[in-house]
Amino acid sequence: MKIIVGMRQLADLVEELEVADSEVDIDRDFVKFVSNEWDEAALEEALLIKEAVGGEVVVVALDEPDVDQTLYSAIAKGADRAVKIVGVEEGWTPTRLRAQLLAKWLESEGSWDAFFTGVQAADDLDGQLAGLVGATLGVPHAAVVSKAEPEGSSLRITQELGGGTLAESIATGKVVLGVQAGRQAPRYAPITRIRQAMSTSSIEMFEAPEVDLGPGPKVRKIYPPQSKGQATMLDGDPVEVAEKIVELIRAKGLVR
Amino acid sequence: MPIGGKKQSPVAVELEEAVVVSEVSGREWDVSGAWNRMFESRVLTDYSYAKGLGKIAQLDGGESLEYCYGCGKCVPVCPVDLVSEYGPRKIHRKVQTGLDLFSADELWMCTTCGNCLRVCPKGVNMIEIMPAVREVSVGDAKVPDELQGIFEKTFRYGNALGENPRRRHAWTKGASVPVRVLSSDPTPVDVLFYVEDYWSYHPRGQQAAQAFSRTMTRLGVDFAILGAEEKTVGDSQRLAGEKGLFDALVEDVTATLGKYEFQRIVTPDPHAFNALVKEYPKRGFTYDVLHYTQLLSPLIEKMNFVNSIDKKVTFHDPCYLGRHNGEYDAPRRLLKAIPGIDLVEMGRCKENSYCCGGGGGGMWLDGFNSNHLSERLSERRVREAAGTGAEILAVCCPYEVSRFEDAAKSTGNEHLRVVDIAELLDEALGGVETI
Ligand code: SF4
Ligand code: SF4
Repeated sequence: MKIIVGMRQLADLVEELEVADSEVDIDRDFVKFVSNEWDEAALEEALLIKEAVGGEVVVVALDEPDVDQTLYSAIAKGADRAVKIVGVEEGWTPTRLRAQLLAKWLESEGSWDAFFTGVQAADDLDGQLAGLVGATLGVPHAAVVSKAEPEGSSLRITQELGGGTLAESIATGKVVLGVQAGRQAPRYAPITRIRQAMSTSSIEMFEAPEVDLGPGPKVRKIYPPQSKGQATMLDGDPVEVAEKIVELIRAKGLVR
Repeated sequence: MPIGGKKQSPVAVELEEAVVVSEVSGREWDVSGAWNRMFESRVLTDYSYAKGLGKIAQLDGGESLEYCYGCGKCVPVCPVDLVSEYGPRKIHRKVQTGLDLFSADELWMCTTCGNCLRVCPKGVNMIEIMPAVREVSVGDAKVPDELQGIFEKTFRYGNALGENPRRRHAWTKGASVPVRVLSSDPTPVDVLFYVEDYWSYHPRGQQAAQAFSRTMTRLGVDFAILGAEEKTVGDSQRLAGEKGLFDALVEDVTATLGKYEFQRIVTPDPHAFNALVKEYPKRGFTYDVLHYTQLLSPLIEKMNFVNSIDKKVTFHDPCYLGRHNGEYDAPRRLLKAIPGIDLVEMGRCKENSYCCGGGGGGMWLDGFNSNHLSERLSERRVREAAGTGAEILAVCCPYEVSRFEDAAKSTGNEHLRVVDIAELLDEALGGVETI
């Protein structure tokens, strides 16, 4: 099975994030970037499948700060190849653009069986990456996947639905998954192996093609959450509390 | 024998009947009692040497485990054995009889305190054996989760706490004296103060760093720090088996040090001290390195004490300053110089000092090891300190304040204050008020 894993870099939250002068992005000059933890779960799931039934795992990412470390760590963990999509404008990449670029590369890559990526990311303001990639390529998509186990040439997929419900389904043929969690915590990449990967393997480059995004949301302003007001505790039995809530909502003009 | 928990109490065994018949005379002996493998062929032949001791002996540093001849001197001095089942002899025997040390929990329990090596007539060297075996397991990604997180943080941020590298010198703001950062003023300096992780980031460590800066200023020492450029020297990560990480840190640390002119390095961290004195030279980097107590103790004459600390104080020798590097006097000289202090020793002190449990990666394995220990080593030590009647437990290793403070709380010894010698000196010299 040939599985592609899409990975992203995000601003490290140990940093104190600041809004850039443009007011539509965070100040990227002084922040460190780390890989998205859900993508790491997706990679772990892909590696487990490869270990069980053989095949190939390819990691792909946009050229973002410190992405090489993420890609080499993936190789150290067992990925076979790493690809970097270069020539993308610096700064925040809208998820729709990311999806288009990944789809273009996936088309150029030709044959593959599954595309895994994290179901979410902290800077995912305008959509889920996996869903958009699936839609662009016309490939079936499943979100919030907590398990993907090989069954012959298919994948048995467990998804988390709302309210603690789990759903199982079988994906035959190509599939795109938004991974929520792996069957186990992401494995450790020993530093010696990362360093080995750096000296013995290389990252393939793919020039980002022009893409037409079409209409979509645009970020107008980013600002730190303003704290104002206080929480009010409502006392009473559930019926009374419910009535008070309805009153409050009415009073604030939120419903008529 | 399972490891862990309390010492094993004797188990009642039902006696069996047994008769041994001589093949020569036909005579019978009644040997009823517990059947004993003594009556069978030697058990050692049941186990693979190649997969056990032989596999470890092949590792660089693993040679000496099989030298053990079972004299047992090491077990009673092993701090881990006091709260569990441990010690080189026990590990040797277990490996000899089939334990796969590479994937056993026992692999992570040794704090590399070095007390066994001190007494072993055969030179069985756990300080080399453990990192060698751990390195193989780390290479196979068989690492306890807690430790894995520490390795990842150290690789990413250059400190084990996963803190923002740019905030490494945030503590200087509260020092009440100017602390020069070399990147902004790179002129030559006498003392390069290598602050290390816990004095840089841990709130109690920061207080000690501030106190030490004040004392150096008072004594007219010309010092500076690396600030955001500093990364951990990485000795505990090395001993915990991440040699690749240590190699990467050596490259970064020596490259940074190479940029500046200084006479000597002074560090509060005995682990950093150990690596700079013993490991960095093996890789071709030699510096003049002092522990901070060694910088200060020759300057006692110049100290102008204004406060008296009328307290009974006991002192815990850090393994990597004392046993590993032979420095027992400098911290004691400083404590004795402080007016009012009544220094009392614990039963286990100096060469035979107990271990706080933080060495060799133990600092980051408290959760993992708790399954196997009846209490933490730090708790054991705190009870010992409280037993002397001391009101203050003085330390001079940045790992210890947080370890012992937690232990003082969990053992109901809150009255025992855990204080770094740097802080005691600062208090006696007048503290923030008189600077
Ligand atoms: S002291 Fe040395 S020789 Fe004696 S039992 Fe311990 S490890 Fe073996
Ligand atoms: S180094 Fe210390 S903890 Fe490790 S076996 Fe020896 S005495 Fe025990």
